[in-house]
Amino acid sequence: MDNLFAIAINGIFVKNFLLVQFLGLCSFLGVSKETKSAAGMSAAVLFVMIMASTAAFIIFSYILQPLGLTFLSTISFIIIIAALVQLVEFIIRKYSPPLYRSLGIFLPLITTNCAILGVVVLNVRLEYGFVQSVFYGFTAGLGYTMVMLLMSAIRERINILHVPGSIQGLPHAFFITTLLSLAFVNFFGVIPT
Amino acid sequence: MAEMTIKGEYLRGIIKDNPTFGLVLGLCPTLAVTTSVENAIGMAGATLFVLMGSNIMVSALRKHIPPITRLPMFIIIICTFVTVIDMVMEAYTPPLYKALGIFIPLIVVNCIIIGRAEAYANRNTVKFSIVDALGIGTGFLLVLVIIGAIRELLGTGMIVLFGLHVISIPINPATFMILPGGAFMTIGVLMAMVNYGRIRKLREV
Repeated sequence: MDNLFAIAINGIFVKNFLLVQFLGLCSFLGVSKETKSAAGMSAAVLFVMIMASTAAFIIFSYILQPLGLTFLSTISFIIIIAALVQLVEFIIRKYSPPLYRSLGIFLPLITTNCAILGVVVLNVRLEYGFVQSVFYGFTAGLGYTMVMLLMSAIRERINILHVPGSIQGLPHAFFITTLLSLAFVNFFGVIPT
Repeated sequence: MAEMTIKGEYLRGIIKDNPTFGLVLGLCPTLAVTTSVENAIGMAGATLFVLMGSNIMVSALRKHIPPITRLPMFIIIICTFVTVIDMVMEAYTPPLYKALGIFIPLIVVNCIIIGRAEAYANRNTVKFSIVDALGIGTGFLLVLVIIGAIRELLGTGMIVLFGLHVISIPINPATFMILPGGAFMTIGVLMAMVNYGRIRKLREV
């Protein structure tokens, strides 16, 4: 079993969800054009990741496993995530309208964000306990947030440049991501396995 | 609107609505599993199976699904097929299952599948939905195999397909291409090339 420190380094740097594990790329490329929306999306992802790992752990180990229903795990995880996102949306809308206005549009997108389902499935595959699962959700969200903010800051500055027509937009974003990802690859081997 | 033909719909899925370069959907598996051609074929096969199943079910049930609850219905249909392929691959192709890892259950949230259910199968007959699934699936397979071939060839100097050496070139293998960065660069270059071709075509017109 990994200790919490190893999980944190793993979640944020070594196995960064966006740059190393390729999870959540759709939202990454779509929302990282400006820092404000990138921050909103990251906050929503971080929040739902923690909630989803908590709820999924409880359902998986207290309902699915004792009853031998583990083959239903994918379907129950996606329903848990969809229900959670709805719930979070209702609560935020009721109690904090300003937060809803800034996060609201990102919440529906999160249900189909592979990073969330990814963290839940990874928790099960790695056989993490309760505290570890929740902590992994938290650190994976932190890693996502960090890369999202880095990328949006870079893209905001690089927008001023003149690039050839065929590289504009997505290809350019991919080249930036290549360099960022190369930097993160250097973290391989930081944690001896 | 032009008359739909089976051939036309099939080719549309490969070229115009190509999942990666046309619609820009489902990037996560495209990049993550293309470290080798073998993984690419496995992933595309699994996706094609799920896409086919969900397109058939959704188009067959399209008159019975109430519009307001259609998205949860689609997700449950897709989940069913993903669970089936997940268990089949775990039982019959354990090495491939291990190599693809969490990306098999993640087919559920692959935007290609729910996108096709929403945009196509929900509005068209079963026959055309099957053709659409085949077309999009072939397009996805082509892109995955091209990216996988480039990365495997440059990264290891050879392509090994199901235990057979298909091709090998005398270069110093660039490990970079197998690393995550190589995936981003390959798709960036390919996308720039596709864009270049499109811009030239527009200019000619």
